[in-house]
Amino acid sequence: MLLSEAFVSGESLRRYCLENDVPIYEAMIRREEKQSEIPRTEILAEMKKNLDVMRASVERGLNEKVESVSGLSGGEAMRLFKYGKHNPFSGYTACRAAASAMAVVEVNASMGRIVAAPTAGASGILAGALIESARQRGWSDDTLVEGLFTAGAIGLLFAKNATISGAGGGCQAETGVAASMTAAALVEISGGAPVQALDAAAMAMKNVMGLICDPVAGLVECPCIKRNALGAVNAMLCADMALSGVTSLIPFDEVVAAMYAVGKDIRVEYRETARGGLATTPTGKAVAQRVRRMQGE
Amino acid sequence: MEDFSVFDIIGPRMTGPSSSHTAGAVRLAHIARHIAGQDVAEAAFTLYGSFAETGKGHGTDKALVAGVLGMEPDDARIKEAYAVAREKGVIVTVDFSDEPAKHPNTARIVITGTNGQVTEVVGESVGGGNIRISEINGLEVEFSGEYPTLIIQQNDQPGVIAEVSHVLAQLNVNIAFMRVFRHGKGEDAYMTIETDQLVTPEMQAMIRRLCGGINKLFAV
Repeated sequence: MLLSEAFVSGESLRRYCLENDVPIYEAMIRREEKQSEIPRTEILAEMKKNLDVMRASVERGLNEKVESVSGLSGGEAMRLFKYGKHNPFSGYTACRAAASAMAVVEVNASMGRIVAAPTAGASGILAGALIESARQRGWSDDTLVEGLFTAGAIGLLFAKNATISGAGGGCQAETGVAASMTAAALVEISGGAPVQALDAAAMAMKNVMGLICDPVAGLVECPCIKRNALGAVNAMLCADMALSGVTSLIPFDEVVAAMYAVGKDIRVEYRETARGGLATTPTGKAVAQRVRRMQGE
Repeated sequence: MEDFSVFDIIGPRMTGPSSSHTAGAVRLAHIARHIAGQDVAEAAFTLYGSFAETGKGHGTDKALVAGVLGMEPDDARIKEAYAVAREKGVIVTVDFSDEPAKHPNTARIVITGTNGQVTEVVGESVGGGNIRISEINGLEVEFSGEYPTLIIQQNDQPGVIAEVSHVLAQLNVNIAFMRVFRHGKGEDAYMTIETDQLVTPEMQAMIRRLCGGINKLFAV
């Protein structure tokens, strides 16, 4: 298996990793080296910059009362994070990861700095789950950077073989893909095999397949922020399942193909156009009108 | 989009909230500033389609102002772009238009330079922070700004294109994409050349010196 063929599908990536006895992140770094002709140290340093911005966005959203430009969101991540100290139903770590994911998207909505992963609207999932897990388990930055390459590899397969835009495939293509990427990263950082990482990614997507993109007032706030919270927990649960030996009946590549087919079938009203779903509820419409009035000011 | 980089997936680092409505808008205006090729005294923006409908909530107006001031998509000051413009003495006006546009995320940017010269650029944000410049001074063009791009206004006469590509070859610059546009036969003509290597200011000066028939040349 050649490196140039490794990123055709999940199956080819698995085979490349098996034949060369490397994890997914290593295959991803090698491909980037070859494609960009940039030295490995610089590629790793560039990813470390992404990690630094991810961490800063989590910290900011958890410690500052950020407010969005529209005034629709802000401060809820902080609230959930504080509550999470007191025996939450979702569990200490999951609740904190969910709050961290919300923090990033709140910062995003306030015109703060974030790292799109794979998109700005889904930017909280990978950052939230990874940073919180690292805090619990003492993972080093080098380890986290490797995890980001694992996540990147999964996202790349979705981008190549399906879509990673809400306009192209609905919310499943944004928060669903982000959860898949994150699940795979958590598995690989925890010592899971590539096949387990791919199974975790497949399961995370299966859990939200068909999810529509219906942003109120067309803004990246409602329901995006809370769907990032769900995405982080979805990723962690699927990582746990894969690490425990639970497998996905439908293989990763078939899940990607199904998600793409479903995405194309989702009516345009439910693909980021704000013409259906929550966006056209009475409250959603009223909010949209209020936001539009701001434009006249 | 076969050749995704891992940094297309984990990245870009950007100021939110939207890669198309914020980051793309910054890039669009930033490139317009390059095309104007001089310090900006005044900038007028017209937003169309989805830019006009949801632009305010996405900070698209601030993003455009920031781009014209030379900020990059991850600049923390994008939110305060109006204030920065005031500090620098740049006059900005923003208009949200109801008129239809070919692409949902379109902006028209009219820049008046400090020397009084007016440049008009129309561009589109096509998703994921990627953009397309579709019009310069009323002339239809097409380039993405993803590669180093040379924009040359030339006389519509035989040999100009051959000379420019010859000089680029001598400079060991590989042409990735090249397009030629004109108003009409023998009239005002443009070419856009997207290259794999950066065309340095020295190289640009050399092209200007060695090739006949070039009226204007700028690089983004």
